[in-house]
Amino acid sequence: MYDTIIIGAGMSGLAAGVRLAHFGRRVCILERHRAIGGLNSFYKQRGRTYDVGLHAITNFVPKGTRTGPLAKLFRQLRVAWEDWALAPQLGSAIIFPNAILQFSNSIEVLESEIRLRFPKQIDNFRRLIASLHDYGQFGQSGANRSTRKVIGEIISDPLLAEMILCPVLFYGGAREHDIEFDQFSILFRSIFLEGLARPLAGIQRILKMLASRFKEHGGELRLRAGVAKIAVKGDSVEKVILEDGSELEARNVLSSAGFAETMRLCNESQPDDQPDGRISIVESISVLNAPPRSLGYDRTIVFYNDSETFHYEKPEELIDLRSGTVCSPNNFAYPEPLDEGVMRITSLANYERWASLDKESYRQAKRDWYEKLVASAIRFVPDFRAAVIETDVFTPRTIHRFTGHAEGALYGAAQKRHDGTSHLKNLFICGNDQGLVGIVGAIISGISIANQHLLK
Amino acid sequence: MTAADIRVAILDILHDIAPDEDLSGLKEDVPFREQLELDSMDFLDIVMELRKRYRVQIPENEYTELASMGSTVRYLEPRMKDIAK
Repeated sequence: MYDTIIIGAGMSGLAAGVRLAHFGRRVCILERHRAIGGLNSFYKQRGRTYDVGLHAITNFVPKGTRTGPLAKLFRQLRVAWEDWALAPQLGSAIIFPNAILQFSNSIEVLESEIRLRFPKQIDNFRRLIASLHDYGQFGQSGANRSTRKVIGEIISDPLLAEMILCPVLFYGGAREHDIEFDQFSILFRSIFLEGLARPLAGIQRILKMLASRFKEHGGELRLRAGVAKIAVKGDSVEKVILEDGSELEARNVLSSAGFAETMRLCNESQPDDQPDGRISIVESISVLNAPPRSLGYDRTIVFYNDSETFHYEKPEELIDLRSGTVCSPNNFAYPEPLDEGVMRITSLANYERWASLDKESYRQAKRDWYEKLVASAIRFVPDFRAAVIETDVFTPRTIHRFTGHAEGALYGAAQKRHDGTSHLKNLFICGNDQGLVGIVGAIISGISIANQHLLK
Repeated sequence: MTAADIRVAILDILHDIAPDEDLSGLKEDVPFREQLELDSMDFLDIVMELRKRYRVQIPENEYTELASMGSTVRYLEPRMKDIAK
């Protein structure tokens, strides 16, 4: 009998596992996939290792900072700064037609860009910052306000409003078009008021640290251990039944599989809470024979959109080529350079369209759309195609395989369960569907749900 | 454990929670909250570490006794005097 069974070895499940195991609880993490990490995993192909989800870690603050989510995470998981060795971004940009806004890990850069490009809006922009909710208010305000409405009332130039929304939605918008203002506040803080960074060794370093710490404290991690069913008796989970038929008992179950996905495991019929489509993406990875900087590209991330209006929605086509993000993992301030140059391009994609392709059409579509995606992105960054030595593409199908999220939903369900509770008294929810997204957000979610419900 | 032992034990816990902090200049009677910006989650961790390491139970309404190093040692001294170092 375990104290807690955790479903999913992504960031939130691992973080919760570390907390519980550290304080002597008997914990087992069940992961369906052969690798840990969930959305933030990595895979090997033809001798190279690629990150799945990681562009950058948000919430970056300099060493020695004692407040904010990253500092909280480090203390809760007993992480020393050097354990992650985060390197800050060099500088990023939001590019729309006839407008570029550069930003860095210091908000002054974005402010001076806005003063230059949108001089009448700088005071409004400061008002927007002043109106952001605190981290502590997350999920508490209950106001459920539309960010488009809030921004529309403060920023009177629609182009600037779209440019501010673009990176925030790309980095955390679970529903189409808009985002709840609490969630916007968190994401805005994490991207613009704190900042972006990356560990030199990519996501592997963080995953390995979490997994090894979990095991050191006596935690049990099982891969290829998909859960087939959560057996319910009265108002509690009775046992967890794995796909191989074996049964496990636990006092509590903490699921990071997604809320709707977890309800299905309990055989609870769930009305689809998101009929307007879940957000998923496709990403192309181009390995270069030179660092991007030698091709004239030194930005960390570029968020681009080719018209004045940003459409954050599930496309009709396989991929929406109108907008996207370009990330070069090389362009962070590392103490030593990465081995190879890499350019990653991400755009919105349609899960059903990708899922309906047979094996050969899927392969062909990946090849065709790689070309289209890169051709679209080089309208906003230097043409790097002559330097490409290896490519790969991952699609909503890949995300579904790694996360188990319905429709390859990148940021989980639109409706969040902030308190982490469910209809059963010993079943709890953490991860994207509890409310927080991104690497830091997912880890904080695992920590706080473990603290609130499982460590008392 | 003596007051000095308890002080070392608390420093050890603080070092585990915040490995990057230099604790050598920690002041006796200035609240941890002020000096290290510890929050309620951190205080809960100190309580849980004390329970894990020394089996000392601290009721929730007495967490405030752990505000500073001085108050923590004074509070714990009678409760930990029979515990071996």
